[in-house]
Amino acid sequence: MSIIENLKDKDPFAEADDDSGEKVHKSQDYIHIRIQQRNGRKTLTTVQGLNNQKFNFDLIIKHFKKKFACNGTIVPESSTHKEVIQLQGDQRKNVYEFLTSKDFLNMDAKTIKVHGF
Amino acid sequence: MFKDLAKKKKKSKKPKEGEEAETPAADGEFDPSALKKKKKKKPKTTDADDFEAKLAEVGAVEKEDAEEEKTEEPIQEGDMEKGTGIWAHDATTPIKYNNLLKRFFTQLHSHHPDLASTGSKSYKIPPPQCLREGNRKTIFANISEICKRMKRSDEHVTQFLFAELGTSGSVDGSKRLVIKGRFQQKQIENVLRRYIMEYVTCKTCRSPDTELNKGENRLYFVTCNSCGSRRSVTAIKTGFSAQIGKRKRQQG
Repeated sequence: MSIIENLKDKDPFAEADDDSGEKVHKSQDYIHIRIQQRNGRKTLTTVQGLNNQKFNFDLIIKHFKKKFACNGTIVPESSTHKEVIQLQGDQRKNVYEFLTSKDFLNMDAKTIKVHGF
Repeated sequence: MFKDLAKKKKKSKKPKEGEEAETPAADGEFDPSALKKKKKKKPKTTDADDFEAKLAEVGAVEKEDAEEEKTEEPIQEGDMEKGTGIWAHDATTPIKYNNLLKRFFTQLHSHHPDLASTGSKSYKIPPPQCLREGNRKTIFANISEICKRMKRSDEHVTQFLFAELGTSGSVDGSKRLVIKGRFQQKQIENVLRRYIMEYVTCKTCRSPDTELNKGENRLYFVTCNSCGSRRSVTAIKTGFSAQIGKRKRQQG
């Protein structure tokens, strides 16, 4: 009995459940950086899952356009209420650095998923 | 030595008991157990001076040992592969544990790399063959072979590829995958690598020997055949895809 009581304060199964629960929660607010091919060598970069309550997309877009020398728009996504940032050209690396750098959004790299080739 | 011991019974006692810290030093001589102890311990330990001397000796010996080991080390390292010198079959010099361990791993790596390396490293799939069809389509020729190797269904891999590359495509007559857009072999390889990381390798034991099954309520589960672990994997999501090319004419 005493051994079981020792185990009580950390129930291994409960913890595992908690862990997986957390993962599921996290997967929902991943930020996806995707790339799409257009005609020829041209591409589009889309940033999905960024919280538009928390950040001012207009300012972010302005910064992107200036820094990455590209055009960009905010596209409303039909299925959810969130909006998607769309940039011209392959800006995945730039956006990733912007999101994770301490000077800007300072986000956890684990919450960001870069897709594409 | 023994004469000294006999004379200095009392003195010899003290250092001992001080060490052991069990009985007070001033045991009466009448106590038989104490006497016995004395007698037993006498030959082992000497009086304080001798003891210190011994300590010093031991220390010196240890230092010498250390020096010897230091001098030995370079020799040991040098001859590891060839099996000469200290590593020779009939060599009797003691070999340090670190060196033995190092030897074990180098041997393991050279003779049985499969055992030494982690699962994902040794896992090999044939490189994807990419052909260009026309100007804007890519043919992924050996997808069925790769899928067979990974033990995954073609559809699942195709779905993943399309989602990651943000395109669409179709399967042609000889089971080759036709992808819209220009892709190089390297790019496809990258995506495949990510697929393997996500859906093939077991996260617990890194073994690629796994199965992908549709569990209850539409979730996909990866079951490992070597360690038996089972985990859920994320469903493939296409996500947002921007409109490319001509816009559909707005109504009205």
